[in-house]
Amino acid sequence: MSHVIEMLGIRKEFPGIVANDNINLQVEEGEIHAILGENGAGKSTLMSILFGLYQADKGVIKVRGKEVSIKSPNDAFDLGIGMVHQHFQLVHNFTVAENIILGKEGGFVYDIKSASKKIKEISKHYGLEIEPDMVIEDITVGMQQRVEILKMLYRDADILIFDEPTAVLTPQEIDELMVIMKNLASEGKSIILITHKLDEIKRVAKRCTVIRRGKFIGVVDVATTSVNEMAAMMVGRPVSFKVEKAPKTPGEAVLEVENLNVLNNKGVLGVKDFSLSVRRGEIVGIAGVDGNGQTELVEAITGLRKIQSGSIKFLGEDISTLSIKDRNEKGLGHIPEDRQKRGLILSMPIASNMVIKDFDKAPFSKNGILNKDAIRDYSQEIVDKFDVRSGEGIDSLAGMLSGGNQQKAIIGREVTEDPDLLIAVQPTRGLDVGAIEFIHQAIVAQRDKGKAVLLVSFELDEIFNLSDRIAVINSGRLIDIVKTEETDVHDVGLMMAGIKAENKEENK
Amino acid sequence: MTKESTKVIKEPLKVKKVPSFLVSITAVILGVIAGSILILIIGKNPIVGFERLLFGAFSNKRRIGNTLSMSTQLILMGLSFSFAYKTGLFNIGGSGQMLMGGIVSTILGHYLPSSMPKPVYIMIVVIGAVLIGGLWGLIAGFLKAKFNVHEVVSSIMLNWIAYWLVYDFIPRFVKDQAIAVKSKPLDFSRTLGLEWLRKATGMSTLNLGFLFAIIACVVIWFILEKTTLGYNLKAVGANKYCAEYAGIKIQRSIMISMAIAGALAGLAGLTYYCGYSNLMEMGKMPNEGFDGIAVALLGNCSPIGVFFAAIFFGALKMGKGSLAATGIPTELADTIIATIIYFTATSVIIASFWNKIYKKRYEKKKAKLEGEEKK
Repeated sequence: MSHVIEMLGIRKEFPGIVANDNINLQVEEGEIHAILGENGAGKSTLMSILFGLYQADKGVIKVRGKEVSIKSPNDAFDLGIGMVHQHFQLVHNFTVAENIILGKEGGFVYDIKSASKKIKEISKHYGLEIEPDMVIEDITVGMQQRVEILKMLYRDADILIFDEPTAVLTPQEIDELMVIMKNLASEGKSIILITHKLDEIKRVAKRCTVIRRGKFIGVVDVATTSVNEMAAMMVGRPVSFKVEKAPKTPGEAVLEVENLNVLNNKGVLGVKDFSLSVRRGEIVGIAGVDGNGQTELVEAITGLRKIQSGSIKFLGEDISTLSIKDRNEKGLGHIPEDRQKRGLILSMPIASNMVIKDFDKAPFSKNGILNKDAIRDYSQEIVDKFDVRSGEGIDSLAGMLSGGNQQKAIIGREVTEDPDLLIAVQPTRGLDVGAIEFIHQAIVAQRDKGKAVLLVSFELDEIFNLSDRIAVINSGRLIDIVKTEETDVHDVGLMMAGIKAENKEENK
Repeated sequence: MTKESTKVIKEPLKVKKVPSFLVSITAVILGVIAGSILILIIGKNPIVGFERLLFGAFSNKRRIGNTLSMSTQLILMGLSFSFAYKTGLFNIGGSGQMLMGGIVSTILGHYLPSSMPKPVYIMIVVIGAVLIGGLWGLIAGFLKAKFNVHEVVSSIMLNWIAYWLVYDFIPRFVKDQAIAVKSKPLDFSRTLGLEWLRKATGMSTLNLGFLFAIIACVVIWFILEKTTLGYNLKAVGANKYCAEYAGIKIQRSIMISMAIAGALAGLAGLTYYCGYSNLMEMGKMPNEGFDGIAVALLGNCSPIGVFFAAIFFGALKMGKGSLAATGIPTELADTIIATIIYFTATSVIIASFWNKIYKKRYEKKKAKLEGEEKK
């Protein structure tokens, strides 16, 4: 079979790091070819080279058997290569058709009518279900992504690169996307799917190229390779996906949120009439698509945001008017969503970061004078216990650590405080499988110690893996709380879209 | 085998990062080179020029005394700016805080009974200058914390409020009958001057203020490095979102930081108007407020760096008087200062220049090591 894309011996070096080291990629015509690798493995660099954003230091790129040099995205377009970016590149107050022809208007007077007609045809042909005169800001994220796909098809791209396409989608939208991708492939389009999600590869891809730390590991036939085998190739060692978790009977309520209303940054209610309780010895997962009030809810509980009405009780006491410090001291730990903005002071050493909440208390200071030895000993303990790796140990600036090690440091700091309630927001975002495993174990260990854990994650896998109960949030409202073993991804997915499963209502 | 394992244990080679003092010194050298070029352009000999500058600043006891006395204000103003800067604030209000410190000490100097013993008197004027300067800084801090008024805007306005207050207070309280635009000169016993020190330095203006400046350097260093307060303020300056998350009261930190910065500038007002000089002029905004920013930048905002940067600038300011004899305009010294500030402001470029050199060295070493390994 002919290779529509061949990238041979690609090498790309950035200062201090070899992002791609002798990588080969061969994509057949009409194939869905996955590129699997952890974050930072070099997937995006490889695709950026193919798409003309970077130039390779070494190596050959062949498109349809002919050697080419791709100097810019325009060159890539001319070769029929299109890319669906992770962050959509759409003008929000333009219509679908206007967005699609943007940059391809033709002459001075642009002909939106014939463009619309063509868009309709393509949409129908591939089952995209997009109307050309819809305005972008009125349509769902899943539809916006399909507009991006349409944009590529409109430009006659027949090699499509999807960069982590499912990160922003609900499970149902993911299903739809998978169908679309299969349609495209059966129509002869070649698709490159960049992802670190194994189940997606399993569902759609024919073959999969695995990259680890910039190096080419191998190409596997997806149908005959198990998920565990692929994961082991990606990480370099066997990985367990399931966190071991013994059943546990929850104890008294630690956190009780009642009828909570919180404004978001736009000044409208971001959390609406929200009630939830988290008990000792349980992990409650909040499932929802990003931007549905999770941030506001967490900020309200931790004290970073004022509430409009309702109550937040911690071990029976209303804490909704207490300062952040008082809440922390009562026993509230928080792994923040943005580890670099909230979680750490990047320009300070690890040692300072480990006592950021307690530097004014014994033994870290006395009468306002810091005790550096105590701070160093304590930090060293966390760093050892949580395997935080860095160049200069506790003297390394937090900003010099990798994302995974930064996160381990934060989790170490929060867990060492032994809080009665641990709020973990996106604790494994952007981390590799090894670090995820470690962090999940740390979170479950808190639960097993009889502490309460509130987990917020946009990754349903993570929610299902860790939670004892799942609370689904949509547009700031609690749709339902269900026990993990009594539900499945499909139902939770529907609830994330705001649709409550009726039959579940009865057996509650 | 054993040989290999020792290789592994060996500390991995690291790319060194340029230390900040090297960046500052590079900026100074570049400034001096630029100054030399300027002197060459006007057809004079740069070596003679710099020789005169050094002569003017350090050639005898009196000149050294005057240089240190000139540097006193610069140290305190540099510290003031640095301290606020470490907390993420830009204190451009140093001039106003300094004026307020100056006018309060001048008024106290004239109105406190002359029978008061000097140690008590000095304690009172120091407290007065520190409090009023601190208040002036605190106002800007309060406006920032409570109403989110940017401290640059509010402190520039406060500079002018101080300017006009001084304009009003001089004729109202401490009018000099002989010259209408100046305050009555303070008696030497009511300034920070010490008789023995004056004599020891050939009648220079060196005074107790220099000691205060050294003490201030130590105290500020101690606060920043050793105390929870310093930690708190630095955390807010480095990442206020993280500080907020950790439960640090950001608004309180902003107010404290501005108050301390203001207090330092107020003290500078005391040392300038009641030490270096003995009177205040109406309608004059002290340059030290802005020079302090330059000192802080060159000194990398660290107390020790500020100390040496201030002495360096003090020497340029003092030495420039001796340039005139050579036919080189005295403005040249100010030009050199300005050039150095530009080079300091582009410290990123200087730092990356040094870092590149370090990296090349590192790569050479690494290649050498790898070559050895292959053998």
